[in-house]
Amino acid sequence: MWPGGLRARLLVAFVLVTVLGAAAVAWSSARSASSALAAGAEQQFVETVTNQITANAAGLTYPPGQSTLDQLASAVGADTTVTYQHLRSTTGPDTDLVTDAVRAAVQHGDSLFVQRIAAQGRPWLIVGTPVMITSTTGARTPSGIQVYAVRDLTGVQRQIDSLTRSEAITTGLALPLAVLLALVAAGSVLRPVRRLRDTARRLSAGDLDARAVPRGADELADLTVTLNVMAESVQTSMAAMRRMQDDARRFAADASHELRTPLSTLTAVMEVLAAASEEMDGDARESAQLAIAETHRLVQLAEDLMEVSRFDAGTARLRTEDVEIGGAVRDCLRTRAWTDRVALSAPEEIWSRCDRRRLDVIVANLVGNALRHGAPPVRVSVSGTPEQVWIEVTDSGPGLPEHVLPHVFDRFYKADEARTRAPGSGLGLAIALENTLLHGGELTAGNASSGGARFVVRLPRGREDT
Amino acid sequence: MIIEDDPRLRRGLELALSRLGYAVRAAGTGEEGLLLLQESKPDLVVLDVVLPGIDGFQVCRRIRAAGTTPVIMLTARGDDFDVVAGLEAGADDYVVKPARPSVLDARIRAVLRRMPGAGEDVREFGELRIDTSSLTVALRGEQVPLTPTEMRLLLTISRAPGRVFSRQQLLEQVWEHDYLGDSRLVDNCVQRLRAKIEADAANPVYVQTVRGFGYRFGPV
Repeated sequence: MWPGGLRARLLVAFVLVTVLGAAAVAWSSARSASSALAAGAEQQFVETVTNQITANAAGLTYPPGQSTLDQLASAVGADTTVTYQHLRSTTGPDTDLVTDAVRAAVQHGDSLFVQRIAAQGRPWLIVGTPVMITSTTGARTPSGIQVYAVRDLTGVQRQIDSLTRSEAITTGLALPLAVLLALVAAGSVLRPVRRLRDTARRLSAGDLDARAVPRGADELADLTVTLNVMAESVQTSMAAMRRMQDDARRFAADASHELRTPLSTLTAVMEVLAAASEEMDGDARESAQLAIAETHRLVQLAEDLMEVSRFDAGTARLRTEDVEIGGAVRDCLRTRAWTDRVALSAPEEIWSRCDRRRLDVIVANLVGNALRHGAPPVRVSVSGTPEQVWIEVTDSGPGLPEHVLPHVFDRFYKADEARTRAPGSGLGLAIALENTLLHGGELTAGNASSGGARFVVRLPRGREDT
Repeated sequence: MIIEDDPRLRRGLELALSRLGYAVRAAGTGEEGLLLLQESKPDLVVLDVVLPGIDGFQVCRRIRAAGTTPVIMLTARGDDFDVVAGLEAGADDYVVKPARPSVLDARIRAVLRRMPGAGEDVREFGELRIDTSSLTVALRGEQVPLTPTEMRLLLTISRAPGRVFSRQQLLEQVWEHDYLGDSRLVDNCVQRLRAKIEADAANPVYVQTVRGFGYRFGPV
């Protein structure tokens, strides 16, 4: 299992590679040096033995006696034994180390034999060779004399050991150096990665102007360029979308605004026309009255459209003051002459900080909707806790069908055109919802247990903002 | 007098108000309106905010500088900037477009009624002297010209010195508005009144603010 962070992983990998590499180099160099040392020592020893035998062989009496053997042994070196059939030189305390393998090789062969052994905790070199007789014809035959020499290799071994040790130390020294190098390398890889991460973070936080500066020409620079291109295209399409959205909103706002002046003119003259229509007869009178009613409806529609477009444009502002909610609802019903069709229950005075006009719009739209689509009696109740104010509007109609519930606040959504007695703008509930949200409250639609439609406004009970 | 740039709306308002019994003069630009103002001396001006040339706010300011003729502004609903700027320019009231003639009529009557029936008493508070019979106000012996709205506001609250009037009460008694009246009307009018009668408008003596409730006259 790899350690978590990219930095740790890079570090471990780098250190592993460096240390293993250094160790391998050290190991192989120590090994070749030590084998060279050993070979050198061996060659030197063999040469000494051979030279001594060659130098002394000519003077040997044949067949050799004990003294001849002793003489040859001491000439060759300290730890040497010379044998001839059953005779054996007396010198050489360590010659017991000569192995059977060497003896056998020397007895059956006609050349020098070398073996390395470890005995008494030390390394030894054993050389065994038969002494050859060269006849006048040049043929070489074994003389039967055999020389065995033993040499202690402790000195050479010590040299090899110290060499190995110094290589190990070198390898050990490579470790901190490797860590240091790995940190630098990881840093140089991770810095651009971190820059990329910071840029991506800013982008995802909505700062579409964020860009990373590509450095060098490696894969990370490539990735940085790609990220910048991506940010660029996201920014471009976002800007295009926003422009289209703004255009659409501005169009709605402009269109309804442009309607205002002709509608003002119509509104101004409608009352003149209304008074005059009293004296008209039959069709003319009905036509005038229709024109008047439809003008009022048109005015309401344009007003609602403008109100909605202000919410869309985000320009709707709260103008709060201390309002007694029950009283405000009562006034709302009274000015619209709904008092006899709507039962208001507001048992206590509840003061809250809110926008009086918007509260009026909310209540008027909900009650207006209940009177249009539901059935009387319509009940409005106001209640409150120290934190919240609740306004509940319930009618006694059949209630809202399940499939209508998710759409009641949609703009221009009309559940059942045929049942509608007096047409609204189709924006009333959407406007009531927006006004409630602007207050930081919520508006929910459902059905009362008694069956009628029930709308509940919850407003936070605002405090004096000083 | 009506100042409105759209000829059809101007004609429509003229027709409607004439029918309601007003003698109406109409102007299409602010410049024209200001000339007509001097010539015909109307009792009241209905002023559109959006005008070519000098805008409604400027016209209102000049009407204020010239005298005490009441002004009702025609503004677009939701255009809070228009309302605030209009009130700061000195408008007595505002009506949101499209305005029903009956609503406009009610507002006009309310503004005109603010020239109250002459009383009989003379109220003196410190250096301020309010003569309710001649409807004149004098500060340190000098006449202070007040608009009808300012006069009615001053008369209303000076009738009961020390009593606190809420903005809502003042809206009903001075402006004759219903419960949806705009309390900024009161605040703006109080500021204009203070500028005229207080020695230091930032530390008023006569029209004092009662935080969280409204306004009160004195105590002097």
